[in-house]
Amino acid sequence: MIHEEDDPVSLADAPTRRLNMIEAINDALDIMLARDPDVVIMGQDVGYFGGVFRATAGLQEKHGKTRVFDTPITECGIIGAAVGMGAYGLRPVPEIQFADYIYPGLDQLVSEAARLRYRSAGEFISPMTVRTPFGGGIFGGQTHSQSPEALFAHVSGLKTVVPSTPYDAKGLLIAAIEDNDPVIFFEPKRIYNGPFDGYYDRPSKPWKAHDASEVPEGYYTIPLGKARMVREGETLTVLAYGTMVHVVESVCREKGVDAEVLDLRTLVPLDIEAVEKSVKKTGKCLVVHEATRTAGFGAELSALVQERCFYHLEAPVQRVTGFDTPYPHSLEWAFFPGPIRIGEAIDMLLSE
Amino acid sequence: MAKEGHGAGSNRPRLSLHVPEPKGRPGDPANFSDLKIPEAGAQPRPDEHCAPKETFPLCDDLIRVLGDDNFAHGLWDPQLHPDKLRAILRDMALVRAFDDRLYRSQRQGKTSFYMKCIGEEATSVAATHALDFEDMTFPSYRQQGILIARGYPLVEMVNQIYSNRADKLKGRQLPILYSSREYGFFTVSGNLTTQVPQAVGWAMASAIRNDSRISASWTGEGSTAEGDFHSAMTFATVYNAPTIFNIVNNQWAISSFSGFAGSERATFAARAIGYGVAGLRVDGNDPLAVYAAERWAADRARSNHGPTLIEFFTYRAEGHSTSDDPSAYRSAQEREEWPLGDPVMRLKDHLIAIGEWSEEQQEAMDKELAEQVRMATKEAEKNGILGHGLHHPFHTMFEDVFEELPWNLKEQSEAALRERKLKWPE
Repeated sequence: MIHEEDDPVSLADAPTRRLNMIEAINDALDIMLARDPDVVIMGQDVGYFGGVFRATAGLQEKHGKTRVFDTPITECGIIGAAVGMGAYGLRPVPEIQFADYIYPGLDQLVSEAARLRYRSAGEFISPMTVRTPFGGGIFGGQTHSQSPEALFAHVSGLKTVVPSTPYDAKGLLIAAIEDNDPVIFFEPKRIYNGPFDGYYDRPSKPWKAHDASEVPEGYYTIPLGKARMVREGETLTVLAYGTMVHVVESVCREKGVDAEVLDLRTLVPLDIEAVEKSVKKTGKCLVVHEATRTAGFGAELSALVQERCFYHLEAPVQRVTGFDTPYPHSLEWAFFPGPIRIGEAIDMLLSE
Repeated sequence: MAKEGHGAGSNRPRLSLHVPEPKGRPGDPANFSDLKIPEAGAQPRPDEHCAPKETFPLCDDLIRVLGDDNFAHGLWDPQLHPDKLRAILRDMALVRAFDDRLYRSQRQGKTSFYMKCIGEEATSVAATHALDFEDMTFPSYRQQGILIARGYPLVEMVNQIYSNRADKLKGRQLPILYSSREYGFFTVSGNLTTQVPQAVGWAMASAIRNDSRISASWTGEGSTAEGDFHSAMTFATVYNAPTIFNIVNNQWAISSFSGFAGSERATFAARAIGYGVAGLRVDGNDPLAVYAAERWAADRARSNHGPTLIEFFTYRAEGHSTSDDPSAYRSAQEREEWPLGDPVMRLKDHLIAIGEWSEEQQEAMDKELAEQVRMATKEAEKNGILGHGLHHPFHTMFEDVFEELPWNLKEQSEAALRERKLKWPE
């Protein structure tokens, strides 16, 4: 599979539209349905209704009921059928309505989709992209807020992607659909409509004011496995993805620290070169994610940085994460790793 | 407040939990008194295009063609040419010869594991003969008969069982978890029932593409208790998927009798009706009935009339696997006294009865097949047996996790090669 970005000159010249993340995802799906007759979209409420978050709005009407259709409420059935469709030769893009509800499909993902290529020595593959809204910050309580990326990053054979902007969401989703390996595409629903700085009590901003909502028309990809340099800096490296990229960016701006922020974009395969290069330059590393702490993806990042940048480190690697509790409803903003928790960790690292 | 679990404070009758128990345990005589075995040929045969609910009576019946007189009876007689009958007989006998030899290979330490399908040969062989070669099968681990009925090379099967350097699956999979895209045999998973919704998805894909191929899955009766079974049935009925669910009810899931999958109050075929799927219950040791039912379901699926669930009523004559001893949990007489007999013998006796076969021919064929299997194992042994060094090169362990090797697997592959040099210096 070719994942090269289109010629940057032509991409820069392409006409753009201001899109929020939902519209960018919809655009990516629309383009792939048109480009590749093997692409099929299915999931709960994705057909006629266009999805509970509108990600598939208009697609059934445009591409037909056998390309975009509603499914029964069975995540096991959705993923299982997608494995069978992939074995046939289609390129299914199933949706799981919330990442919190992906668990009934977990056996099909872990035991089947992830291992199909390996156990059949390449005879059968599972080129599916599972789209699923994830993350908190929306008063979703225990079952509409989870960030289960570490469960998937731990499974050999699965790729894990988390976009943080409309521009990335479109390019990464197209790349994921074209990828011949199964991809779990986590969509941070808190930033579907606008970036989030972590200040829940301030009015939310729409994407329109953000540069990354300038989305080129037509087809382009962002390669899986490549991090995005959000801002360059010298004093510490912050590794983040999804909603937390924007929270971190805002904290760094407010505090006026010269931090380098990397948006990982893909957790598996990880852009280890970008991580190493940055931490070796700054000597300090902070890892930020919404997911719970213990055995979260931050533990993997922290271990990798320690193994690979040990002699460059000037302070212990720090993690700012959700707490090791189920995601609470009323105490959401006490749970969410917001500006104060991140700010304290940055202060601590800088004082080392 | 009433103490939990003591019914205190109430004069209502106490509840009791029902835990199913098989009719015979070790030392007991076999007891098949509750089995209703109808006359061969007595079952009605609805049109392949009928509404699912019209099959309801057949879900509690047992479709049988071969009678005690060894002749074919009734509307379900598929009226196959004797050449076809001999081909089915030969494939079933070959499966048995293969099982026999590979079971011994495991006992001789040439491989780690094996599973026989003795007594169940018809449920895969005769069913496969009723499908087209292009139809995709989604087997469980006891359908080696599909590969054999499709002419898959025995040497390849043995290579896989021995995990040797010629194993197409590169020694990655447990013995008997075969895979062959070319022969329409979907990669077998250790995780039960996962193949059933996958078969439905494959059939949906075929329908989306306006293809003419159908899919068929096989699962044991024990595995119907998995959630995947319910998901698959729901998906199949919702989209009218061109697929066949073959449920091999061999009475036993390792040590659990079929009562633990819910057989005490309803047949497995009867589950179909609740989903709006056509259902048939078939004498699984009657190769003609198996063929006829599978053909009926295939024709139904092929003509866009939707999915069918077939319960093949049979008996697992052997232990669950080479790691199992059935004498620890069931009556030793069950196998001998199983009232539906042996599928190979029944077809042989039928062919003899109609003057198309003889005991001498059977004996000669059995010898020939045993020799064929022996030659295949000898040939495969040249490529190595498990644990004797003739395996795939180290680096192949890291391949095919993804289409391309990511950095971490490249690093781990290099580390494994370094380790190899220390463990096994040249």
